Amino acid sequence: MEDILARAKKVAEAAEVFVVASESTPVQFEANRLKHIQAKQSTSVALRIILQGRIGYSVTTQPGDRQRLVDMAVETAEFGMPAKFDFPSFTDYPQVKVFDPDIELVSIEPMVKLGQELIDIVTSHTPGIVCEAEVMKSVVSVDIINSRGGKANYKIGIFSLGVEGTLIRDTDMLFVGESDSSCHPLWETKSVTDVVLEQLELARNRALVSSRPMPVVFTPRGVASALLAPLMAGFNGKIVLEGASPIASKKGQPVFNQKLWLWDDPTIAYRPQSRPCDDEGVPSQRTPLIEQGTVTNFLYDLQTAALARTRSTGNGSRSRGGLPAPSPTAFVVAPGSASFAEMVSDMKEGLVIEQLMGAEQTNVLGGDFSGNVLLGYKVERGKMVGRVKDTMVSGNIYQVLKDIVAIGSEPRWVGGWLNTPPLYCPSVSVASK
Amino acid sequence: MSEIRIEAIGRELVEIIKRYNADYLEAHLEQSETSHITYRGRELESVGRTTSLGGNVRALVKGGWGFVSFNDFSDLPGKVELVVKQAQFAGTGESQLAKVEPVVDVVPGDADKSPVVIPLAEKKRLLDEYNDIIWRTPKIQTSTIGYADSYKKSVFLSSLGSYIEQERSDVMLRLSAVAVDGSDVQQVGLSLGSRGDFSQMQNLHRQVAEMAQHTVQLLSAPQVKGGEYTVVLDPILAGVFIHEAFGHLSESDFVYENERLREIMTLGKQFGNTALNVIDGAAVPGLRGSYKYDDEGVPATETYLIQEGKLVGRLHSRETAAKMGEKPTGNARAINYRYPPIVRMTNTYIVPGSVSFDDIIGDIQEGVYAKNWYGGMTSMEMFTFSAGEAYMIRNGKLAEMLRPVVLTGNVFTTLNNIDAIGNDLEMNQGGGCGKREQMPLPVANGSPHIRIRHCLVGGR
Repeated sequence: MEDILARAKKVAEAAEVFVVASESTPVQFEANRLKHIQAKQSTSVALRIILQGRIGYSVTTQPGDRQRLVDMAVETAEFGMPAKFDFPSFTDYPQVKVFDPDIELVSIEPMVKLGQELIDIVTSHTPGIVCEAEVMKSVVSVDIINSRGGKANYKIGIFSLGVEGTLIRDTDMLFVGESDSSCHPLWETKSVTDVVLEQLELARNRALVSSRPMPVVFTPRGVASALLAPLMAGFNGKIVLEGASPIASKKGQPVFNQKLWLWDDPTIAYRPQSRPCDDEGVPSQRTPLIEQGTVTNFLYDLQTAALARTRSTGNGSRSRGGLPAPSPTAFVVAPGSASFAEMVSDMKEGLVIEQLMGAEQTNVLGGDFSGNVLLGYKVERGKMVGRVKDTMVSGNIYQVLKDIVAIGSEPRWVGGWLNTPPLYCPSVSVASK
Repeated sequence: MSEIRIEAIGRELVEIIKRYNADYLEAHLEQSETSHITYRGRELESVGRTTSLGGNVRALVKGGWGFVSFNDFSDLPGKVELVVKQAQFAGTGESQLAKVEPVVDVVPGDADKSPVVIPLAEKKRLLDEYNDIIWRTPKIQTSTIGYADSYKKSVFLSSLGSYIEQERSDVMLRLSAVAVDGSDVQQVGLSLGSRGDFSQMQNLHRQVAEMAQHTVQLLSAPQVKGGEYTVVLDPILAGVFIHEAFGHLSESDFVYENERLREIMTLGKQFGNTALNVIDGAAVPGLRGSYKYDDEGVPATETYLIQEGKLVGRLHSRETAAKMGEKPTGNARAINYRYPPIVRMTNTYIVPGSVSFDDIIGDIQEGVYAKNWYGGMTSMEMFTFSAGEAYMIRNGKLAEMLRPVVLTGNVFTTLNNIDAIGNDLEMNQGGGCGKREQMPLPVANGSPHIRIRHCLVGGR
């Protein structure tokens, strides 16, 4: 790394080297049986330079390819965006615990056992169901150095397990599933299988729903599949800077329901999305986004923050070998006081949405969502009576999150990047066959 | 400068795998280069170059698979030993792979036509022209442009004695315009791709201008009322529709170990009316899903999935073909060396019929004409697909513009509800397909205009 930095400093005003090395071991089950054991090793080295005031960028998987990396970065700098920021000179970072050495000690055998247990519990509850399961451990190390003396490195271990089941009766297909992840090894499967068994119970019967606006409870998984993508876009500093976020000019204004609190938090101990610093070496912080319904902050990386004349919130993330861009780490919605049972019992006719399919494939920037209810239940007179199918649910998150009736008291992690309780919305458009 | 050459490593691995005992062993090696340019708003946002070199070995023992991927080329025997151990650990049954002839071939490549070597200045000049067009449109708030190209050389070798070198190039261009009125934000996108031919990204000025104008018009367009409609899809959206609605269900890895699904997907079963014919094939030349050999070294084919409305074929890897007693179709693909090959589509399309567009919409009293794509997803039984552009059809004529619509269907009823197939096939090269974690895989899909009765549309 030092050698690349030294070579880059010879030709450029400033430079930064970012190295990610990862090893992961997925153990996969298909059709209720162990099918695949994998080991994946990968290293990538990214070089970012500032040359005549412009940003150049290159990436390679071959650490030996040093001069080539520098040459490619120089080639791109001719066309790059003018750099408005300086690389940070931090060397001290908050203590964010993300590495449990026990992860490295986990061998294949107990991972296979966990996967088999996930499948056994689900198949013995519902004979005929066909399951896939995955148990995975990964260790990722991140190293950043730059020409201003900034230096960061950390190691993170991630353990995850999940199961998905397909139950087919005639041509009717039911999909159920749940997963969990942590920076600690996960030794128990109950929190995952309990959710799946409950889904199977609730979906046992079919129910018809009318086509009209009606109250909807989004479960944590429902929130993730319907509302999260527009929300993440809306608070992205880059989209805000362009004026393409509906809340771009609403900082300090009560846009959402006053019961709603939301923050981005990469500092929670032993969570897979946590980290001591972002991918530019800016220290991690907890950033409040919505307080009592009021928009309080947006998420920034260094360059976007400089353009917006503010400070980076430590949200610079690199995906697929690209330049850093603002990106959420983990969104956390503060729990409220209503239990899920109370929400359901409050509805005369309504829906509980566990998963919407395709909801993000519309005008996400504008806050719209519209999707097919892949897993959802009809509520009649305060009781969940069965699964609905062939049903579309549509709305706009800025409307839906303004009108919220209640926020649940039972938060849950979904996919590692969202922690939310159920949300109860009074009126969402439903179209059904 | 790295001196690692994948051909040399390939020759080494050919010898190494002979020393290990497995029912089957194969290796993939890959060397690739990419360049990308993105714009946000008026400014060029990011420009970058990447090079990548890596490989994997895969082993099958008693029906269990091991897979090891790496970009550190040290200790190759250790990697092969590990993958065989993994497969031994996973395997408890019987290995089944469809018989194929070993292939030794060096496919003449298009290295000299690699889009990556075209000067960045030339690419930037073109993108500047498009961005200028977007920004000349009144009321545009912002725009994004993403251009990416790649050139990849790969080596495949297996314990069958196959050794194949192939090359491929790919170009993608995505543009979008955003118009804002107060807190109302509308966006329209345009997505194009080609099998490495940069010239296909040129001369799109008129399409870019239309995209920008359309975005502004959406601000005053109404949203459709949710419900069932007769829907007419343009060739681009109909291509996405057939990919989502049927293509994924014909990928045999969903089917082969699921008894119930095998019953549902019995060959000969009627899925649509007799005018419906659907083909998938990498052997169709020159498209983004085209290749000579798949990632298991199986020659590409052209497979009828639906013929005269009946299910007649499906897409296979060597394993799914063997387990279902059918012929391999050359559809095992991996997005890169970090993943094992799985069954994927290539170029999927509805074969054109004879009905003109005017006749397709002529007798519709009230319906929706949906064009272009935002996206699509499937759960196999149910699927959604969304249109970037939509209009009401009233009394047989196109009427007012609508905001983007999301449509949904059920594979067992919706294909039967297709009652008109146009005569105007077009292939869409702008899509990327995602399955498990592997996305976006270059595919093409296409169709003529089609009409679907009783299609559920999400809305107000």
